[in-house]
Amino acid sequence: MPPEPNGNGYLSGSNLEKVLKHGHFAVTGELGPPQNADGEVIRKKAKLLKGNCDAVNLTDNQTAIVRMSSIGAGAIVVQEGLEPIIQMTCRDRNRLAMQSDLLGAYALGMRNLLCLSGDHQTFGNHPTAKNVFDLDSIQMVQMVSLMRDTKVFQCGEAFKGQEPRFFVGAAESPFANPIEFRPLRLGKKVKAGASFIQTQLIYDIEAFKTFMTKVRELGLSEKVYILAGVGPLKSPTMARYMKDNVPGLWIPDQLIERMAAVGAPWAGKSKDELTKEDKKARSAAWQTEGIKICIELIQQIREIEGVAGVHIMAIEWEEAVKPIVEGAGLLPRPIV
Amino acid sequence: MIIAEQKPLAEVKALVADAQKVLVVGCGTCVTVCFAGGAREAAIMAASLRMATQLDGNGKEVAEVVVQRQCEWEYLDEIAQQVGEVDVVLSLGCGIGVQAMVEHFSNAWVVPGLNTSFLGLPTEQGVWAERCAACGDCILGLTGGICPIARCSKSLLNGPCGGSENGHCEINAEVPCAWQLIYDRLSSLGKLDRLLEIQPPKNWRTARDGGPRKIVRPDLRLPAEEE
Ligand code: SF4
Ligand code: SF4
Repeated sequence: MPPEPNGNGYLSGSNLEKVLKHGHFAVTGELGPPQNADGEVIRKKAKLLKGNCDAVNLTDNQTAIVRMSSIGAGAIVVQEGLEPIIQMTCRDRNRLAMQSDLLGAYALGMRNLLCLSGDHQTFGNHPTAKNVFDLDSIQMVQMVSLMRDTKVFQCGEAFKGQEPRFFVGAAESPFANPIEFRPLRLGKKVKAGASFIQTQLIYDIEAFKTFMTKVRELGLSEKVYILAGVGPLKSPTMARYMKDNVPGLWIPDQLIERMAAVGAPWAGKSKDELTKEDKKARSAAWQTEGIKICIELIQQIREIEGVAGVHIMAIEWEEAVKPIVEGAGLLPRPIV
Repeated sequence: MIIAEQKPLAEVKALVADAQKVLVVGCGTCVTVCFAGGAREAAIMAASLRMATQLDGNGKEVAEVVVQRQCEWEYLDEIAQQVGEVDVVLSLGCGIGVQAMVEHFSNAWVVPGLNTSFLGLPTEQGVWAERCAACGDCILGLTGGICPIARCSKSLLNGPCGGSENGHCEINAEVPCAWQLIYDRLSSLGKLDRLLEIQPPKNWRTARDGGPRKIVRPDLRLPAEEE
């Protein structure tokens, strides 16, 4: 076991770590920084999420589109009294930049880190960029865990003074290919030092149960906190698009049909026949159903042995988080 | 081998625009095999340039020649005279061939007619694919002989990212996922346990990241060259 900071038994002492360690079913959210330098955007979103999540992920140039940095936005989130989980990808930084940015992030009060490979830059708004991928996500997990536990930089050089003590997490996509390897790869992340895992969006509960059985068989659910990814569907079109285009995202047809069914009163009409009010009413019906489905998914996920919490991804729809958490009976959030 | 492809004719024309006399120099090795810069391509390039510049009303004199290996100085001596007689040399060798000529013919103006693309092999008639990024510290022994540095879009060393779908890479459906290939191969050979070890961060110093590379073999040096 790594040395205990201040003898309190926590690796980082973050709120997320405490909530999980005390055995509460954790709730994390997601906050997407804007494509500009406006800190107010972060403050507004933080207000919507505060009190409803134990911590929120700050995405790092999500889908390879330039946005306010996760650490910059994270500093604002800290000021707002909400706890950030800094996302960091391997795409844009080499090991020097990663370490120095993390020293800075810690000094600014950030305590959780999620290590990711990162979407390839060809998806984003700078497809002609050079990528880095000096480390992969597993090597990043190992590097930051060792900085915390042994006070050494990646090069092996020891450093003096305050070490960055992060609660280190990684992502897992249970249904990405090769699917048989996913639980084993999760094992590698745990071995590298990951304390928590946030999964890709889960809609297919049966498939996720199968994954979790394998994870339990490997003894991993005792070594790492697994937070299942959930998110409200916005419309049947969006659901179909995600199902067809996002690797490892499985959405059962029955859920898409449920979404379509609530839009039935407006179905059969062409775009031009629908008035503004019609469209608004239809959107509202879809969103209500999307939130309802999300709540049901959380309830089913809670029943699965070895799941320690949920990670709610409602990017650009932060308003949905409160009704979801509330509807799932997860409010108020524990104070630890 | 080195895989290259020809630059568009318009770009080549622009590169030789200032010259009246042009020498197209093909290469008999890699770029012959990948149909980018061998004897046939050099002849076609010379003819195209002649025709195109004639149509533009400033017909150039374009000659062509092929050396066996443009990337070795000893093969370049035979074309020294021709090189001396022209205003520009259009190399249909790889980037190494161009530079070998520049280093050998100090007064010559040499321009590239090819884009040197990658180290790879032909996989089907008319199709070439990348296989090696010359990282300088080969790890094929760990990965069942499939290179994740050159063939995984993110050069991952510890297994597939979340973008691997139906055997192809997240960047597009034409690119096989290297980690799916590695997984399949190791699993069919019963060696999956090799993927469970955490591979440490790679030493990129042996790759281009360490600066331009050079190999010195004392055993092959001539006594006169010893310091
Ligand atoms: S590991 Fe390095 S040397 Fe070996 S094939 Fe890949 S890039 Fe080439
Ligand atoms: S999908 Fe496969 S090849 Fe593409 S980046 Fe991910 S692991 Fe590498």
